[in-house]
Amino acid sequence: MAKENVSRDKPVAVGRRFFLGAGVLGALGVVFGGSVQNKVSSSLGGGLGGILPFGDRFRYYTVTGTYPKISKKKYRLEVSGLVDRPTTFTLADLQALPATEITKAFQCVTGWRVPDVQWRGVLLADVLRHVGVQSSAVALTFESYDGTDTESLTIDQANLPNVLVVYEMLGAPVTRAHGGPVRLFVAPMYGYKSLKWLSAIKVVDRVQPGYWEQNGYPVNGWIDGTTGPTNHNPQLA
Amino acid sequence: MSTATLTPSSSRVLRFDVIQRVTHWVNAALFTALIITAIPLFYGSLFGVVVPRHLDQEIHLWCGLALPLPLFISVLGPWGARMRRDLRRVSYWTRDELAWLRTLGRRPLDADKFNPGQKFNTLFVGASSLIMLGSGVILQWFHFFPVSWRGGATFVHDTLAYVVVAMIVGHLYMAMTHLDALVSIFNGRVERAWAKKNAPAWAREIDESSVDPSQR
Repeated sequence: MAKENVSRDKPVAVGRRFFLGAGVLGALGVVFGGSVQNKVSSSLGGGLGGILPFGDRFRYYTVTGTYPKISKKKYRLEVSGLVDRPTTFTLADLQALPATEITKAFQCVTGWRVPDVQWRGVLLADVLRHVGVQSSAVALTFESYDGTDTESLTIDQANLPNVLVVYEMLGAPVTRAHGGPVRLFVAPMYGYKSLKWLSAIKVVDRVQPGYWEQNGYPVNGWIDGTTGPTNHNPQLA
Repeated sequence: MSTATLTPSSSRVLRFDVIQRVTHWVNAALFTALIITAIPLFYGSLFGVVVPRHLDQEIHLWCGLALPLPLFISVLGPWGARMRRDLRRVSYWTRDELAWLRTLGRRPLDADKFNPGQKFNTLFVGASSLIMLGSGVILQWFHFFPVSWRGGATFVHDTLAYVVVAMIVGHLYMAMTHLDALVSIFNGRVERAWAKKNAPAWAREIDESSVDPSQR
């Protein structure tokens, strides 16, 4: 090989070493990069960590290509279906219910993660208690102001103590890009379950797979490293 | 096409044959499409500015999967002799070349067809394309990988993307400031005098060769 170099001196196979080294680095990055990233960004703090490419930062997703704009004044959450008292909540109505605050990472199913996010809102269980869920109810269907995104939870999942109807996030009212004025936060599941721009909750008699589920994501999006179309919850499925 | 380089006395020599030029420009088009479609994927607020989100994702995915193809096709058949020979040049380094790169070009060098900086750039683009492809595959078919790997793949893909863009900006800067070399990726040829000055070892190789220099 490389006959043209032999006369000058013995060539070194730099290319092969370069590719091997890059392959090893890439593999190490994939296996350990997530934890390195978490350490780097927690030592840098939220501000800088949010700007740098390798920091933990939100990727703002929307399924329609735009962020719906809803004023706090005009915001309404309509809860209907198999309930005793169908109710339309204003933002003030929600804020008048007992508030719950949790600090929990936002984990996207594609891998990115933002640790220690503060979430404040009403327990979905409290909202359901307020409207009176009928005994024939099995699941909830959530709708978004974007007109396209939908989500689902079983009644049991919805009553978990870390599933919130959120109006404050990161210590301030939920921003438009984050799904404000009101969004869901389903702490034990991947981010796609935490529907943004929440407009309606329908109490129904069967699970209707939501937008992302129709695009291949698991209906039960538990964060446990074993996602797949057949992912089931051991206790609640 | 090779008549101009048949005799050593002709003033222009072939640096890149048509296969190499086409491969370069297909790669350039793929990289451009990948970078443009990556912007809204990275900065989500820009979604829908140019194309709808799903179309943007599809373009990014297919361009990424297609990235290795031009090079593979260019070396696979009998048309790839020159590309294969140049890849060998890029892969094998002399001790002098290693020393040149280590001193960032301050050491004099009897340069081959490609100088160590160019060789490094080529190897970097090739290796990083593979890493981007591998981490991208994990991000696309994430079902099959543990969540910590998906986080790591995001980290690798995002961070390396910045480095790749920086390398491409450097590549463009070098192209704009070295117009003789830039022209050769359009028409394939450089002046013999340019070769003697910038790639003396290669120029001697052409002169000493009894075979058609266009085949070197």
